[in-house]
Amino acid sequence: MNLDSARAKLATVPDPEIPAVSLVELGIVRELRETASGVEVVLTPTYSGCPATELIADDVRAALAEFGDVTVTMQRAPAWSTDWITPEGREKLQQYGIVPPQCSGEQAIRIVPRLRCPRCDSSSTQQLSRFGSTACKSTWRCIECLEPFEYFKPI
Amino acid sequence: MADPKFVYVLRLADTCLTHSQRLSEWAGHAPVLEEDLALSNIALDLLGQARALLTHAGQLEGAGRDEDQLAFLREERDYRNVVLVELPNAAGSPSDGGGGRDFALTTLRNAAVASWLELLYERLQASTDTELAGIAAKSLKEVRYHRQHSSDWVVRLGDGTPTSQARMQAALNVLWPYFNELFAADGVDGVGPAWRELEPEWRARWAALTQEATLTLPRDSAMQPRGIDGIHSEHMGHMLGTMQHLQRTYPAGVW
Repeated sequence: MNLDSARAKLATVPDPEIPAVSLVELGIVRELRETASGVEVVLTPTYSGCPATELIADDVRAALAEFGDVTVTMQRAPAWSTDWITPEGREKLQQYGIVPPQCSGEQAIRIVPRLRCPRCDSSSTQQLSRFGSTACKSTWRCIECLEPFEYFKPI
Repeated sequence: MADPKFVYVLRLADTCLTHSQRLSEWAGHAPVLEEDLALSNIALDLLGQARALLTHAGQLEGAGRDEDQLAFLREERDYRNVVLVELPNAAGSPSDGGGGRDFALTTLRNAAVASWLELLYERLQASTDTELAGIAAKSLKEVRYHRQHSSDWVVRLGDGTPTSQARMQAALNVLWPYFNELFAADGVDGVGPAWRELEPEWRARWAALTQEATLTLPRDSAMQPRGIDGIHSEHMGHMLGTMQHLQRTYPAGVW
């Protein structure tokens, strides 16, 4: 069995809620290893209550089915951090209209960053809510172009 | 006699579960869309935490019960959450915002519980129970956002108009005696601290928050609710009736 081709295949599985980035780019894939009858994938869930967690496991199983039995293991510790989003993932989020985290997950959340609008690049923006359409994002708007956009919260 | 570790984890798990259930009653009813999303997201985080904690409690118990059996198939007396979180969203509120939901009371309760969970999870990260420590480290990141969000609302509404100030003060007066139970549970050596260890820091933070929000702390109450021993308010059974309805109607049903 070719673990490299399994890895390449895994890299094509998109996040079901933000399909612009892959699971690998999102930084939730911890490990891919060969087992006696196939492969095992170790994933770290993003948020405790993320409703996409089960769907992600199903998507991984479906994508890797050609490599034999697929075991998906959820590993909670160490806890997932937005620091694990890859540079490519950050770039794709930005292109998709979601501003990537502007500081490390460990930094104080008291600081509300000054964000630039992903559409018109204006720095005249405003946070509307610390929560958004999914647990991992907050809701913002641009005062210049008046478009709403989302921010991937550092965690 | 139940294993003290099982009871310790269950008290936290049931508190997250019940708090989540009450928050989810806001879905589609919050005063503004952004807040509807926020309350639903907070409820979802807490439900996720409850799932992990209930699963772990079931493993500690060793009787083969999983998260669903613990969440949906116990009797009222077997739930160990604090009474505070089972109170209806407009409990005792003179200004029920309609439909049995008072945003002032919900917001104030959110801030109090999030601040308490933050202190507890910080300590549980050092638990000798590595599974519990892992759940705590993950959940801590989430409740920090909850605490910050709800605290901002407490200040905004408390230090707001005369109406919003009066409603926040009324909510504080109603909930204040129930806060006592947040510091009532015993610890288990190595696993987790006695809840009373959280009290000095929680009180200091709460005093600072309520002062900023121009709210007056009521006199301390001698009331000692014992939801953590399974002795609940009259509201618990009704809440469970709603929460357990599907699983009781279709036993062993799965998604």
